Amino acid sequence: MSDIKVKIKDRFGVSHLLDAPTDMAMNIMELCKAYDLPVEGTCGGMAMCASCQCYVHSNHELSAIGEAEEEMLDQAFFVKENSRLGCQLYLSIEMDGLELELAPES
Amino acid sequence: MIKTDILIIGAGPVGLFTVFEAGLLKLRCHLIDALPYAGGQCAEIYPKKPIYDIPAYPEILAGDLIQNLEQQIAPFEPTYTLGERAETIEKLSDGNFIVTTNKGTEHSATAVIIAGGLGSFEPRKPPIEGIADYEDRGVNYMIKDPEIFRNKRVVISGGGDSALDWTIFLANVASEVILVHRKNEFRGALDSVEKVSELAKKGKIKLITEAEVTEIHGNGKVESVIVNHTKEGNIEVPCDHFIPLFGLLPKLGPIANWGLEIEKNAIKVNNALDYSTNIPGIFAVGDVNTYPGKLKLILCGFHEATIAVQFAYNIVNPGKKYLMKYTTVNGITGFNGETKKSEKAVVKSI
Repeated sequence: MSDIKVKIKDRFGVSHLLDAPTDMAMNIMELCKAYDLPVEGTCGGMAMCASCQCYVHSNHELSAIGEAEEEMLDQAFFVKENSRLGCQLYLSIEMDGLELELAPES
Repeated sequence: MIKTDILIIGAGPVGLFTVFEAGLLKLRCHLIDALPYAGGQCAEIYPKKPIYDIPAYPEILAGDLIQNLEQQIAPFEPTYTLGERAETIEKLSDGNFIVTTNKGTEHSATAVIIAGGLGSFEPRKPPIEGIADYEDRGVNYMIKDPEIFRNKRVVISGGGDSALDWTIFLANVASEVILVHRKNEFRGALDSVEKVSELAKKGKIKLITEAEVTEIHGNGKVESVIVNHTKEGNIEVPCDHFIPLFGLLPKLGPIANWGLEIEKNAIKVNNALDYSTNIPGIFAVGDVNTYPGKLKLILCGFHEATIAVQFAYNIVNPGKKYLMKYTTVNGITGFNGETKKSEKAVVKSI
């Protein structure tokens, strides 16, 4: 079984515990969309719109922020120290128990 | 008044290809796009990104795809209204549509095909309370005429290329230019970053980094902004203009008010038949539409456009029958009468 659990707090403060497959090259933005959480994913996952910005609340070691992601976070609003773009976080076994919060829409 | 058979809203890849399929049916097309050039997202967001799922192209850059499409549709002489956003639509009693842009350009068409993608690109607006009240009263998200800033005090916010470029440009126009950026490094073109830091050293502009504009103050027009600095706290900066430059974001925009059935920010269409909307004569193709099983792929948009124009043909030419013809057999005949066709040769007898 390659599913993990990811906890995502939506913009109304409601937490959703999601079953997330790690064998489908899926990212957090796609996971949110699959569960009908209100994430637009406007650019399709190219780190070019920031509509999937989220705050990481758990201490998981995640993939490093790439150049495109850094550039986008530079332009986005409501950016905090723990901001990441969901589309750049690909689900992996190590992310089991990850806790995220969706950043406000902008 | 611009008159055409089919008015296409959106000049992205799907809008452009619609011209080709309509051209085969001898229908003339005019395109409207809010961007000042054709190509939509492919041109605006990712021109240098490769696309791998265009049939017969193992790999093609988005920008090249647009160039190829423009070349492909050239025989059908499309015309454009660029840099203007389709604002209102009116259906006349004779069935024709009048579409007017935000700049007042009027278009008359028998059928309308919306290929608006994710919508029109609009400036990303910073979440500052009351900012809307100051739009065009000192807050400018785009710079159309730099002369309005002559001898004025300007605060620019942002860290990308356009923030840097306009800082450099306005340094010689405005009486004072202050660039505010959240970080202490800039991610724009190296040349621009160097120029900005040189201008700052010479005292021609002022840089405030690790800071954000959080408030706008004024009485009917901008008089100052509050810059929140990570270490120094709030600083009030007197100014005449505040120019936030944070890139563009697509929004469905005025199309949402055209009386079309909308679901999840997309236009519902009849995918079982013709990609028509709830308003007869208006079709929606590509990323802007939705139906069960919808995939937002360029190649799906191409298919949808091909089907939609067959039905648009019946609206433009009521009672006339059209028989689909293969381009390999008939070639294509442009509106100037020139035909592109393969040489006749017996390749193999059957």
